[in-house]
Amino acid sequence: MASISHPLDEGHGHSAARQKASFWSTFVDQWIITVDHKHLGLMYIIVALLFFVAAGIQGGLIRMQLMYPNNTFLSPQVFNEMFTMHGTTMVFFVGMPFIAGLANYLIPLMIGARDMAFPRLNALGFWITTLGGILLYSSYFAWTGSAAGTGGAPDVGWFAYAPLTEKAFSPGSSTDFWILSVMLSSIGSTVTAINILATALCMRTKGMTLSRMPLLVWMFCVVSFQILVALPPLTAAQIMLLLDRFMGAHFFDTNAVGDAVLWRHFFWLFGHPEVYILIIPGFACVTEIIPVFARKPIFGRAAMIGASVSIGLISLGVWAHHMYTVGLPSRANIFFSVATMLVGVPTGIKIFNWIATMWGGRIRFRTPMLWCIAFLFHFLLAGLTGIMLAVAPFDWQLGNSYFVVAHFHYTLIGGLLCTLFAGVAYWFPKATGRMLSEKLGKWHFWLMIIGFHVTFDGLHIAGLLGMPRRIYTYPAGRGWEGFNYFSTWGVAIQAVAILIFVWNVLDALIQGKKAGNDPWDAWTLEWATTSPPPEYNFAVLPEVHSSRPLWDLKHPEDPDWKYEQS
Amino acid sequence: MSTAASLPMNPPIDDARNFDKGKVGLISLILTEVSLFSIFVTAYIFYIGKSASGPQPVDVLTVPVWATICLLSSSLTAELAVRAVRQDARSRFLAFLGATILLGAEFMRQTAVEWNKLINTDHLTIATNVFGTTYYSLVGLHATHVVVGLILLLVAFLAALSGANVGKHEHRLHLLSWYWHFVDVIWIVVFTVVYVVGR
Repeated sequence: MASISHPLDEGHGHSAARQKASFWSTFVDQWIITVDHKHLGLMYIIVALLFFVAAGIQGGLIRMQLMYPNNTFLSPQVFNEMFTMHGTTMVFFVGMPFIAGLANYLIPLMIGARDMAFPRLNALGFWITTLGGILLYSSYFAWTGSAAGTGGAPDVGWFAYAPLTEKAFSPGSSTDFWILSVMLSSIGSTVTAINILATALCMRTKGMTLSRMPLLVWMFCVVSFQILVALPPLTAAQIMLLLDRFMGAHFFDTNAVGDAVLWRHFFWLFGHPEVYILIIPGFACVTEIIPVFARKPIFGRAAMIGASVSIGLISLGVWAHHMYTVGLPSRANIFFSVATMLVGVPTGIKIFNWIATMWGGRIRFRTPMLWCIAFLFHFLLAGLTGIMLAVAPFDWQLGNSYFVVAHFHYTLIGGLLCTLFAGVAYWFPKATGRMLSEKLGKWHFWLMIIGFHVTFDGLHIAGLLGMPRRIYTYPAGRGWEGFNYFSTWGVAIQAVAILIFVWNVLDALIQGKKAGNDPWDAWTLEWATTSPPPEYNFAVLPEVHSSRPLWDLKHPEDPDWKYEQS
Repeated sequence: MSTAASLPMNPPIDDARNFDKGKVGLISLILTEVSLFSIFVTAYIFYIGKSASGPQPVDVLTVPVWATICLLSSSLTAELAVRAVRQDARSRFLAFLGATILLGAEFMRQTAVEWNKLINTDHLTIATNVFGTTYYSLVGLHATHVVVGLILLLVAFLAALSGANVGKHEHRLHLLSWYWHFVDVIWIVVFTVVYVVGR
């Protein structure tokens, strides 16, 4: 767009006012009223990173409060607000927009399309999600009192268990801010999911049948299906909660015959698929990156698709493993234990496939690959603690302890965040035309990994020793001090790593090495166009005859289509 | 030359076998709506017979036969309207679309009459007991979808009346009829749960 409007402007002279206007109109065109999937994708990722900083600071403050026993750095009320805002922000305004950004940026490029199927719907999704985030944080200005639930930021936890959220116990507006902002984020995610499915199923370039579609796009289709099926339970429960709070309905009102456990069923009916909604895009990045850096095609492509689809389906039937401590009937405990362990099977298939892809490959240990390998280790460990927690009696002992906190931070930082950094390191050259520094990237990587382990490894043991979640302080002499002390230092190391990442990005934007079209010698379509891609994406599309169209182009003597069934 | 001759020739390029994006988009929307309704239906079923005080369903609900006949036949007229577009029969299209809107509006009028009776005669509101809570939320959610459908149908009707080229929008009208059928099918579920199972 810039390249079209600038020559015209120059033709009309160079007055300062005019240049200013053209700067602003260009800015508004490209970053406000745009419907271009690449701009919206980057905007999603930028917004996610801003909220990531906010939620990261909240996490750091939580850790500072817990650094010493009997600490008074944060009041109990502020502590409750902190873990509520940290969790809500990380899930709905970091994780969801980040994966929406990746999907938006990559899917049209990978399938050889000009844009998403519904560009204007796409812009609506972005702005409604962003509005939700702004609404959540504006709750800080609605402060009306320092007592629990009276005002300021939400303090009911990201899970917002009933009946704490009822008007009787949370009389202020903070819980309404939580409900409405999360609802907006859900609407944004839903329209994104519709858009992803319509794009992947309807916009593929000639020759790209579903069986040749990149695995990243396949996995985002599974994620979209999950979003469509699993977000409405949360939205429905939130509508019910609003009716309770504003119209005196009794859905979760335990003073009438309302049932608080029903909220937990509805919430986790959303909440468990949600963690797969967050991690499968991570799987998707890893699945694209590992083959390129191992110089081998993905091992077991069909099995990968099958495993993704079965994770998508099984994950809808495991929600009550978050509720063992409620006291479910034995048959329910057995069902949900078995179903939860069953998810480990397709996940295990994927881990084997990624390792088999690397096996015998000529591995290039560049930054994106390092993140992928770290992901494999962390996710395996997180999966193993997950299977431990899937066993109901074990969960009765450790549910709501720091063991659970350590487990899901292993999946989300060790798993998801590593894959997102892998994705950024891998596709940054495509989006900006500049290479990130390998040296800074490796500092970022190692500090992040060390900081992550210092933070969360010990918390497993603190949890095993009985330290509960969501407590604002704890007495000395329980054996928890050392783990908490070092955990807080781990956060400081992670913060330094993030600063190096920011420095790396800014430095690369200003003086990074030119990337060229295809810096990694990769095989999917996005590398066939320029970096950054023009507004129309592709001047000429390569012919697609296999799942690795660029391999066929680069190796006409030994193309993939000779070996693939079409 | 000799190497070029030994290169394998690219096979003819396949069709991508793409689907229609309007259909995929609308089916996705319907999927997510079904999930939304299923939660309200679950809540309704969960709270059947649990109201300790206040009016019970069997005391106050009467089976809305006429409203149901109206809504179900509006699906038929919607389908006939779409067929009329395909056959380029403009006045027949307007007649069937108008009939669809009238039938939908009659359904809403029946709902209004029923709610008026429940609120003013039987003193059942959303705050009375869990029956009121679940009844008004489930039936109200469905009624909201009927209203959205009616607005869309009305837009199509007014556009057609003011001389829009109806044939050009055949695909959109077709998708709109799918949405209307979906609202209809949801009513069958709501009807069964509220007026048959829960009464």
